[in-house]
Amino acid sequence: MSSYAKRLMWPVLILLALIVVNIIATGVDFIIPSVNDDGRLGGAFVNILRRSAPLLLIALGMTLVIATKGIDLSVGAVYAIGAAIACQLIIDAPDQTAAGLVFTAISLALVVTAVIGAWNGVMVAYFGIQPIVATLILMIAGRGIAQLVTGGQIPKVQDSSPFTELGRGAFLTIPIPIWIAALALTALALLTRKTALGMLLESVGGNPEASRLAGIRSKGITVLVYLVCGLCAGLAGLIGAANLGSADANNGGLWIELDAILAVVIGGTALVGGRFFLLGTAIGVAIIGTLEDTIINVGLSSQWQFTAKAVVVFVVALLQSPEFRAWILKPFKRKPETTAPAPVEEAAK
Amino acid sequence: MTAQTLTERPSRSKLFDGLTRYIPIGATVALLIALYLGGLANYRNFDSPQVVAKLFIDNAPLLVIAVGMTFVILSGGIDLSVGSVMAFSTMACAWLTVDAGVSAPLALVLVLAFGTAWGLLIGAVIHYFHVQPFIATLVGLFLFRGLTLQISDTDVSMREVGFFQWGMTHVDFGKIRDGGFWLPYLSFVAFAVVIIAFVVLHYTRFGRGVYAVGGSESSALLMGLPVARTKIGVYAISGFCAALAGVLAAFATKSANPLANVGAELDAIAAVVIGGTLLTGGAGFVLGTVAGVMVWGMLNTLIAFQGNLSSWWARIVMGVLLLAFILLQRILARSGEKRRT
Repeated sequence: MSSYAKRLMWPVLILLALIVVNIIATGVDFIIPSVNDDGRLGGAFVNILRRSAPLLLIALGMTLVIATKGIDLSVGAVYAIGAAIACQLIIDAPDQTAAGLVFTAISLALVVTAVIGAWNGVMVAYFGIQPIVATLILMIAGRGIAQLVTGGQIPKVQDSSPFTELGRGAFLTIPIPIWIAALALTALALLTRKTALGMLLESVGGNPEASRLAGIRSKGITVLVYLVCGLCAGLAGLIGAANLGSADANNGGLWIELDAILAVVIGGTALVGGRFFLLGTAIGVAIIGTLEDTIINVGLSSQWQFTAKAVVVFVVALLQSPEFRAWILKPFKRKPETTAPAPVEEAAK
Repeated sequence: MTAQTLTERPSRSKLFDGLTRYIPIGATVALLIALYLGGLANYRNFDSPQVVAKLFIDNAPLLVIAVGMTFVILSGGIDLSVGSVMAFSTMACAWLTVDAGVSAPLALVLVLAFGTAWGLLIGAVIHYFHVQPFIATLVGLFLFRGLTLQISDTDVSMREVGFFQWGMTHVDFGKIRDGGFWLPYLSFVAFAVVIIAFVVLHYTRFGRGVYAVGGSESSALLMGLPVARTKIGVYAISGFCAALAGVLAAFATKSANPLANVGAELDAIAAVVIGGTLLTGGAGFVLGTVAGVMVWGMLNTLIAFQGNLSSWWARIVMGVLLLAFILLQRILARSGEKRRT
């Protein structure tokens, strides 16, 4: 088995286990897609995928950022900004159903969120500020900016506007959010695996200084990666807003940055940078989406999802820690002299 | 990794030599004075001492969690769980006293002990299993928000519990009409926390250890400092402070809201950084954090006095200030680097 398949094995097994639990709880209909009366693909699992599309977009951007040893905490706020700009532009216009207007609103929102992402990248690459600090600024101020755009209101887009198609519509019976997320996944996967870009990313994440000396424009790559992450977050915000028909600056995409980081980590991309698995991230997102439904399907109240997520974060974080694995496996080791040294001594390294 | 360490370490130690280390905190104090003078010039009644006193009434819980956060950030870590732990503590106080019928002082002790124990646990996970602080405390953020919602997803009132009247009992310093002011007991609790934190950080072995671990963990270990005790200790302090802040919030509002203090950890981190503490650890002051919290409070006060501005302006301004202070720290670090070579 290749190392890549090995990496993906655990997330896939977890996802399958969750699906089995759901099938036991609600019957085999859970996994089988059905075609609704309006010609759209439906069914519980398709809905999970549709609802997870914004999270997948953000998690993909986050995967690339984490591959460069960075992190982007501002994606939740950027999500809110993207949603706010598009919705506000549309409701300010006299005719909300005009296709040109919707196109302008979407483009403008994406340009702004890309600029915001690039700004994060410049802070990290050129000012040398730690990623967690640089993006914290927008995490704090971003929702304020979104409020500024909407004037503290929640703009509601008419149901007749083509904008809502972005979240609710279907193309060839498959919901549009799934199309967008799948296209983004394919595009990023091809871009990073079929060109040298992916290798350059891993190189920058492994050692930015050595990459620079090797002739890689690491600063440009860092800015590009944050730009893509901002763009993904903006697109996610648009889909989320189109689905709801409104943009809530305070609660839209709340804690989505944490969910995205969680999905990336579940998918096997370590937070220390250097290696990344886009497909693993996609499976991580599916796990989180399915987990939320599983909680309701097995008869627990929806409040359990925070607790369940906490348990997942805890278990994944511990399993990824070599010290923890050594500690837990110690009683099963055959030769006592090969046991791991005491953790305190290990910290010296 | 090694190359990076070699180029970054000296800049930091140089940055906080001599008078340079007082530049960020000096800027914060100057900003605070400027905000106050701006308020004086523009609004009537801004000169009442109660305006300043109110900073320490409204922001007493934030001050307490920011002090705990200062310890964690100084040691080079971060604690994202404080907002949720705080909300959970308030809710636990309400649940223990109103529903479970536990006597209020006992409930208080239980909550504080619980916060500390949580901090110890998460500190141990961070230290012994090398889980990143960001991820480990993320567990707390989700877990305690979830548990708070488990207890109740609506507000719980503690008005009937006599004990919780204690916190807002006034101490009058002269009549308000004659230029006096009043402070509730809970503000004094916050002051006590600040004073104890100041003494612990600057005059005890543990406090110096926090700076040493934040400056360079491996150096601290080679010097024979108790790194494990220090790292676990700071998270225990932060957990205790978050629980205490939850208790203070229970005193202040006499009710528990399951969605209270969402994002309080961000306010606390912002206050700590604006107060001149380096987010990478190793340099900063508790009193700077007090100034940072006062800046946050002063911004909100100014917005309240202006009357026609929304509260989200405070967040935007706070973000801009955060940016300015982070850039200032970078510039100081760069100039320190140049002086060295």
